[in-house]
Amino acid sequence: MGLHRFFDRLEPHFTKGGRFERYFPIFEMVESLVYTPRTVTTAAPHARSYVDMKRIMSYVVVATIPAILFALYNTGLQTNLAIAQHGASGWRVWIIEALGIGFNPANPLANMVHGLLYFLPIYLTTLVVGGTWEVLFATIRRHEVNEGFLVTSMLYTLILPASTPLWQVALGISFGVVIGKEVFGGTGKNFLNPALVGRAFLYFAYPADMSGDTVWTPVDGFSGATALSVAASQGYEQLAAHGITWWDAFLGTMQGSLGETSALACLIGLAFLLLTKIANYRLVVGTMAGMIAFSALLNFIGSDTNPAFSMPWHWHLVTGGFAFGLAFMVTEPVSAAHTNVGRYIYGALIGVMVVMIRVINPAFPEGMMLAILFGNVFAPLIDYFVVQANIRRRARRA
Amino acid sequence: MAQTRRSLLVDPLVDNNPITLQVLGICSALAVTTSLKVSFVMALAVIFVISFSSMFISMLRHQIPSSIRIIVQMVIIASLVILVDQVLRAYAFEISQTLSVFVGLIITNCIVMGRAEAFAMKNPPVASFLDGMGNGLGYGLILMLVGFVRELFGAGSLFGIPVLPTVSNGGWYVPNGMMLLPPSAFFVIGLLIWAFRTWKPKQVEAREFRIQRVEAH
Repeated sequence: MGLHRFFDRLEPHFTKGGRFERYFPIFEMVESLVYTPRTVTTAAPHARSYVDMKRIMSYVVVATIPAILFALYNTGLQTNLAIAQHGASGWRVWIIEALGIGFNPANPLANMVHGLLYFLPIYLTTLVVGGTWEVLFATIRRHEVNEGFLVTSMLYTLILPASTPLWQVALGISFGVVIGKEVFGGTGKNFLNPALVGRAFLYFAYPADMSGDTVWTPVDGFSGATALSVAASQGYEQLAAHGITWWDAFLGTMQGSLGETSALACLIGLAFLLLTKIANYRLVVGTMAGMIAFSALLNFIGSDTNPAFSMPWHWHLVTGGFAFGLAFMVTEPVSAAHTNVGRYIYGALIGVMVVMIRVINPAFPEGMMLAILFGNVFAPLIDYFVVQANIRRRARRA
Repeated sequence: MAQTRRSLLVDPLVDNNPITLQVLGICSALAVTTSLKVSFVMALAVIFVISFSSMFISMLRHQIPSSIRIIVQMVIIASLVILVDQVLRAYAFEISQTLSVFVGLIITNCIVMGRAEAFAMKNPPVASFLDGMGNGLGYGLILMLVGFVRELFGAGSLFGIPVLPTVSNGGWYVPNGMMLLPPSAFFVIGLLIWAFRTWKPKQVEAREFRIQRVEAH
C-alpha cells in the first residue's frame, strides 16, 4: 500500500509540532476521503454500525448520479434544439467542433457532451469557491473538513439554471456555505440547507438571471417557459399545446434548472436513499400526503381566474423542483425534524406550502425551494412541541 | 457614576453600541437603510430626539412621579418627534416621504426609551445629554455602515452618486436586488456584529451550555 505509506510519512508534518500544523484540516480532508476517518465514535451509549457520516454523505452523492446524468443529457438536448433555430456561439462550440461531435439533438452522445460543457464550469466553480471557504473555516476554527460539502456542492449545482453566470455561482455558494452553515458552527449544526440558502440568495439578488423564460436554455434569443410557469399562467391543460405530455415531464425532457427536470431520475435516487435508510420514509410520506391533500382541496375549490387551481397532484409531482427537493432536500437529516411524529408534520407542512406558493402566490411560479426553507425554520419548533406532548402524555399516565 | 464626559459620548460607538451589542432599534435599521441619504437623515433625527429627550427628562427627573414616569417620558419624546417630523416635511419633503412612518416610530424606538429609563432618570442634564448623543451616534454609525453596504451593492451608488456603473446604464455592475430588500439588513447587521465581536472579544456572551465530551470506557 504505497499510498497509505505516503500518508503516514506526511502525517508528522501536519500533526502537533509539525511544520504545517496549521494546515492539518486539509491533510485530514484528503486522508479521510481515501481512508477511514480518524475520529470514529467510541463512547457509550451509541449502537455502532459502519454507516458513519462519510458513508452517509457518499451515498447521497451516489444517489444524485441519475439526476446528474439526466442533467447532462437534458441540458445538451435543450441547447442543441435551440441551436437548430438560433445558431451557436461561444467557446463550447469551438470545443465541440474540435471533437467533431456536432449539435444533433437526436444524438444522445452529442447532447451529453454539450450538457457536460455547461455542467462542469458551474460545478468546478462551486467546488473551488465553496471548498475554499470550507478549508478556511476549518483551518481557523480547527475542525475537520467534512464530506458534506460534496453533497452541498452537487445539490447546489443541480438546482441552478444552465445559463447562470459563474460569478453568481461563486457568490451564491459563498453565501450558502458561510451564512447557511459555517456561522452556525459547520456541518451538523446548520438548521437550513446550505445549497438552498445559496440558491435562494441568487433568486432574490438576481431575479433576472434566476427566473423567467430565457434563463433555462443558454442560447441567446431563445425563450422557453418552464412547465410550471405555463401551468400557472394558462392552466396545465395547455401544456400539451407546448409539447409537454405528462410522460415528458416525468422523464424530464423540458425546460428547468440543470438537474431538477427529471422526476424519474430523482425518484430513482430517492429509492436508493430509502433502501439504504439514509432518507427517512416518514419525511417522504408526510410531504406526499401534504401535497396530494392540498392540491386535491384546491382542485375541489376551483377558481375562474387562477388556472393553476385545477392542476392535479400527479402534475405537481413531475413539474418544477418537487421531485428533486423531495428526494434530496426534504430528506436531509440535519435540517429536518428529528422526532418521528415531527417528521410527518414537517413533511406535510412542506407539501402544503409547495402547492400554496405555486398556486396561490402569483409572484412565485415555483415554491419547492421556499417551502423547504420554511420547513427548515419550523423543524426545531415542531420537535419541541412533539417532545412536550410526549412529556405531558407520560405525566398523565403516572 | 464615575464615567467621564468623553466616555459617555464615545463608549456607545463601539464598546456599548445600542444596535450591535444591545440589539435595540433593529426595526428602523432594517427599514430605512436602503440608501445612505435616508440613513443619514434618520440618524440625525434620532440623535436629535435622544439627546434632547434625555436632557429634558433629566431636568424634570425630580418632579416626575415614578408611577406615571413612562407616560411623561413618552410625552416629551413624542413632542420632539413631532418637531422633527414637521421640520422634515417642511424642508426635506421627499426624504420624509421615503422615511414615511419611521419618523413617527422614533417614539417607540427602544433606544430612546431605554436611555430615558436607564440613564436620564438618574443623572444630571448635561451627562444625560451627552449619553443620549453618544447612543444616537452609535445608532447612526451602524445605520450609515449598513446604508453604505446596501446602497453600494444594491444600486451601485453612494448618496445617489453612481460609483459602480450599473449594467442598465451601460456599465459592468449587476445590482444585487436582495440588498434593496429588508432581510439584507439583517445579514449586514449580523455580519457587523460578528466583525465587532471578533475585534472586541469582550462583547461575546458567555455560553449558556456546553456540549460535554463523554469519555470512552
